[in-house]
Amino acid sequence: MTGTALPVVDSGCTDAPVLKERGQREVFCGLTGIVWLHRKMQDAFFLVVGSRTCAHLIQSAAGVMIFAEPRFATAILGDRDLAGMADCNEELDRVVTQLLSRRPDITTLFLVGSCPSEVIKLDLAKAASRLSREYTGKVRILSYNGSGIETTFTQGEDACLKAMVPELPATQEANLLVCGTMADVVEDQFARLFAELGIGPVQFFPPRRASKLPPIGPNTKLLLAQPFLNETTRALQARGATLLSAPYPLGVEGTTAWLRAAADAFGVTPERFASAIAAPAQRARTSLQRYRSALEGKRMFFFPDSQLEIPLARFLARECGVELLEVGTPYLDRLLVEAELALLPRTVLSEGQDVEKQLDRCKAQMPDLTICGLGLANPLEAEGMRTKWSIELVFTPIHGFDQAGDLAELFARPLERVNRLKV
Amino acid sequence: MQLTLWTYEGPPHVGAMRIATSMNDVHYVLHAPQGDTYADLLFTMIERHSKRPPVTYTTFQARDLGGDTANLVISAVRDAYERFKPKALLVGDSCTAELIQDQSGALAIGMNLPIPVVSLELPAYSKKENWGASETLYHLVRTLVGTAKRERPVRAAGARPKANLLGPSSLGFRCRDDVREIIAILDGIGVDVHVVAPLGADPDQLRALTDADFNICLYPEIAHTTCSWLHRTQGMPMVRTVPIGVGATHDFIEEVGKVAGIDVSQYLDTAQSRLPWYSRSVDSTYLTGKRVFIFADGTHAIAAARIAADELGFTVVGLGTYSREMAREVREAAAKYGVEALIADDYLAVEEAITAAAPELVLGSQMERHIAKRLGIPCAVISGPFHVQDVPARHSPQMGWEGANVIFDTWVHPLMMGLEEHLIGMFREDFEFGEVSSHLGKAPARRADDSAVAEPMLVAAGAATASDSMDGSSAPTPMAAAGVPTWTPDGEKELKKIPFFVRKKARLNTERFAAEKGIANISVETLYEAKAHYGK
Repeated sequence: MTGTALPVVDSGCTDAPVLKERGQREVFCGLTGIVWLHRKMQDAFFLVVGSRTCAHLIQSAAGVMIFAEPRFATAILGDRDLAGMADCNEELDRVVTQLLSRRPDITTLFLVGSCPSEVIKLDLAKAASRLSREYTGKVRILSYNGSGIETTFTQGEDACLKAMVPELPATQEANLLVCGTMADVVEDQFARLFAELGIGPVQFFPPRRASKLPPIGPNTKLLLAQPFLNETTRALQARGATLLSAPYPLGVEGTTAWLRAAADAFGVTPERFASAIAAPAQRARTSLQRYRSALEGKRMFFFPDSQLEIPLARFLARECGVELLEVGTPYLDRLLVEAELALLPRTVLSEGQDVEKQLDRCKAQMPDLTICGLGLANPLEAEGMRTKWSIELVFTPIHGFDQAGDLAELFARPLERVNRLKV
Repeated sequence: MQLTLWTYEGPPHVGAMRIATSMNDVHYVLHAPQGDTYADLLFTMIERHSKRPPVTYTTFQARDLGGDTANLVISAVRDAYERFKPKALLVGDSCTAELIQDQSGALAIGMNLPIPVVSLELPAYSKKENWGASETLYHLVRTLVGTAKRERPVRAAGARPKANLLGPSSLGFRCRDDVREIIAILDGIGVDVHVVAPLGADPDQLRALTDADFNICLYPEIAHTTCSWLHRTQGMPMVRTVPIGVGATHDFIEEVGKVAGIDVSQYLDTAQSRLPWYSRSVDSTYLTGKRVFIFADGTHAIAAARIAADELGFTVVGLGTYSREMAREVREAAAKYGVEALIADDYLAVEEAITAAAPELVLGSQMERHIAKRLGIPCAVISGPFHVQDVPARHSPQMGWEGANVIFDTWVHPLMMGLEEHLIGMFREDFEFGEVSSHLGKAPARRADDSAVAEPMLVAAGAATASDSMDGSSAPTPMAAAGVPTWTPDGEKELKKIPFFVRKKARLNTERFAAEKGIANISVETLYEAKAHYGK
């Protein structure tokens, strides 16, 4: 598989028609990204300015109650704030002071906008710059918007990273910037592979410490690890970075092509590339083989959720022999999925959602596996359909060679379960 | 603006969802942006519902604002009516929709659908989930029953009276099992259950509520407003005692007897819980005087305090609730036990109070379970909000005689068994105490965030033990090998006579004792000297 051009299937989905839908969306809002962002950047705090619903959402989605004091919180707007009896900016200053005095370990504070704060036009960017002046040298205060009226699920990370882009130090150095949250263990694997390839310096964005921002400049090559960083990509391009077009590092093929995009940009010889990835790619193929028989020929249906649907569908179709019935995505930005679409076998692509109509389509086809959110999963299981919770694909390490088998296993397990259960 | 880390209750529209989801043939159109569908998961995951909540979200976006969000309501109502064919429709706003003031309820009523449409006005910036549930049930009942006074039913002599059970709802603590238990008790004393609502009821049944002789307000947080209204306008008596615990169940039956005009003395003589005998058995001596901290919704907190004090012999060292609507009742109860009630929805304040009270058992919601776990204190969940593991497959009510049995087991299991406590007692101050007594839960997790792994509820929903296993990883490391005294063969032999579950503890304590005293070789004597040193 190494060193040759990727085979393209019947021109793939590059110019496939897209079913655009508008209706009820069974998708999280962008606030949900806080669940993994606060784990990734452990010196950052996320303060949502919103309603009790926002607090309840993050708590229900995250439930990270291991922490006495999580690194996220909600400044809940009350009647007094809305009626103008309390000045929202003064209130916000009070809450931020309260928060930062409790948490002296915090180096970066994100003020996160929500639906209510957007509707009442509370200017968090202005608040952030005002507060930044007050905390100069101690805490960097940034803002972004995770509201459901403007962002879906993973767009929250996009908005967060975009807010950090102006803060990145400038460099003239030729570096590789890998963009998009991955598990630390996966980053470490990739860092070893890049070192093996002689590519460097390599930085990851978001960084593990929000106070240690990666540099960027006209010689920065940008490699996306996640398919939902539209605005961040454009902001990084505006700072001079060159986007390397590649599929996403899911599965052997995706990971190989992704690494090759970096290798080509850094002039790595085909021989060196082949030898560097030979062993991990072979490991990945071996681990995938175990699940191939469980997945081959299975018909799958993707509800829109995290934007990972297209890369995942490509992986399943091309490396596991899965037949795709419909691949739903919250939104389609061709800049980010160009290379993926070329590889994706022809299927029904849908963008946006009218959940009732999509359920009708799904049930009419009775797929072997439906990849959907948790609001739909148990009801579909109860109707005799097999499901895979899509949110697990966001929280689990799935990128890279050494996770390829784990990724296939996530899809194989519900199918394996139905074979085992006799009741 | 209130800084909130964790919240006990959701917004009021989630309360409305609980009523809609509890019922059949009711649909709820919620004017809300994308993201509010998260609330579906509370039902499909925590309670493993096999159906989606009957809720349609209008899903308005920023680009709709100032434009046609009102039309979105109308099309969502029309589509929902045509697709789901409900017998009654609830229409209302989420927090964001409240701000854009589309008057969604009025819009829906203006559509002249051939079914009752209830406009819900649930102020999201001042009220919370239980209030929202209570208001929704009240407005639904009011709409369906109507305000005109109806004829009270007349029973033939000897006919069994009929009661409504009001309050059981989706995402209420153990409601499913409580209902079964209470129906059995009422049957035993000769009362038929007419309607259970909202759980499992449909709009036609709500319309017929007044055909019952009286109402039983099982969960005041949800049903008190409705029961009071039915009492006021329809003259239906209300049974107020919540039958959680042996004493309260006894009182409940007597109250039902009084309201229904039935002699319940014979029934009370025969039907009983095992709790009183279990509490009097020798083994339970170790329960006496255990310090317990209680924090829950109002109903369960008050009930738990009575059981703890009167039925298990515990000492109540803290009592509180997040239900501000029940603050007065909880304060009254707290006064009985000589403690000051904690009325708060600030999680950190609750943690602080628990830490200060240093209880031996915490009874609370899943939030207190996490506090207790961090503090290394045994805990039982007695109230919502709760996790998926608090919706057991088996029948496990809180109410009635069987409920008392379940409570005895659930509260006592996290504690040590009597004999075990006696043996462990000699090493009780040890830093590894939690590790030996594995069923007590693990040693408290370190506070450092870096060492802990996130526990996304949705991902870990099916794997409730994930966090348990994680906490264990932070157990302190045993004493380093260097400087550890050696055991003589006799000492080693004697050590083996100590029960296995305290042996490791005994070994470490003895070694520590020997090291402190500069004893190089641990003999039988050293072992008993250590025991004397660390013993009570």
